[in-house]
Amino acid sequence: MRISAGATLALALLTAAPPAFAGGEDVVVEDAWSRASIGTSRPGAAYMTLRNTGDEPVVVTGLSTDLAMMPMIHATATDEQGVSRMTHMEELEIPAGEVVALAPGGLHLMLMDLQRPMVEGESFSLTVDFSDGESISVEVPIRGMAARGPAD
Amino acid sequence: MQRRRFLIYGVAGIGAIAATLGIGWWQVDGPGADAQVGKRPLPLSEMSFRLTDHEGKPVGPQTLLGRASLIFFGFTYCPEVCPTTLSDISVWLDWLGEEATDLNVVLITVDPERDTVEALAEYVGYFHPAIRGWTGTTLQVDQATRDFRVRYEKMPMEGGGYTMNHTSGVFLFDADGRHVSIIDYHEPREFALPKIRRAMDEETKGAT
Repeated sequence: MRISAGATLALALLTAAPPAFAGGEDVVVEDAWSRASIGTSRPGAAYMTLRNTGDEPVVVTGLSTDLAMMPMIHATATDEQGVSRMTHMEELEIPAGEVVALAPGGLHLMLMDLQRPMVEGESFSLTVDFSDGESISVEVPIRGMAARGPAD
Repeated sequence: MQRRRFLIYGVAGIGAIAATLGIGWWQVDGPGADAQVGKRPLPLSEMSFRLTDHEGKPVGPQTLLGRASLIFFGFTYCPEVCPTTLSDISVWLDWLGEEATDLNVVLITVDPERDTVEALAEYVGYFHPAIRGWTGTTLQVDQATRDFRVRYEKMPMEGGGYTMNHTSGVFLFDADGRHVSIIDYHEPREFALPKIRRAMDEETKGAT
């Protein structure tokens, strides 16, 4: 586990009573990373895996960060003629006990309207909101523009 | 109950993927293929586009002849598909090592409005040094997309601005300009290197 928020969450799970219902507190975020940007005029992209350790599905309903005015979840779909399009996902369900990976080529976080450049070696804080009102904060490291994953 | 629903979604998903692949085959290689309007790019020798590279030099299909070529379309405001493709290509080129100098590797923009020579120069500078960026006027880029049978469309985004939907595969040509194959965006990355080597081998065969 690479993310301090995840570690905090694990500690919280160890010390707290098991939750009676599933929700944001059952989600562990791992391997968050993003790519550096050129300036602020182009949108940025970030990736991570969301692991639902609970017994019920949880739904991501929103994102917020001071880095970008409009962070959103996008899916990349390529049609039978090889044309790639991005679809905005209003919500993202993580089935009970499952992992949803946001990774290059598929689901990803698109960071629109950057407020500052994404600089390699820095990081930004991202808050993920869930349908039960819970939210978790993740520190997302910024890797090089040609990075392919959370680590080489 | 939830697990069952997930399973049903999974089965439906696999069915949808199979159907998509099936439709793709039917339209591209199967009986649905349109012989009149081939989806494959023209041979480079039959192309007529003229563009400018990221160093401001005039380029065209003739620039590519004599070495195998790896050509793809994109734009520098692309947050996901293009950096992913470019970083994949950078890794393939690293794998090829010295051999990478025997390849033309070109990103042709579908967004000439924003991708000026300067913007492209800065962008390609973040990836493998063999990667070139080509742009032009809207009319010139349209000609290139017709030559390569590439489709693209401008999509307004909520919150302003626009993005481009575009053909995301990587086209491979041999040194004589014959189209050899396409590396699809969602294809497992380990398939790429054998395809690139095949395009380069065609070059050897052509030379002997």
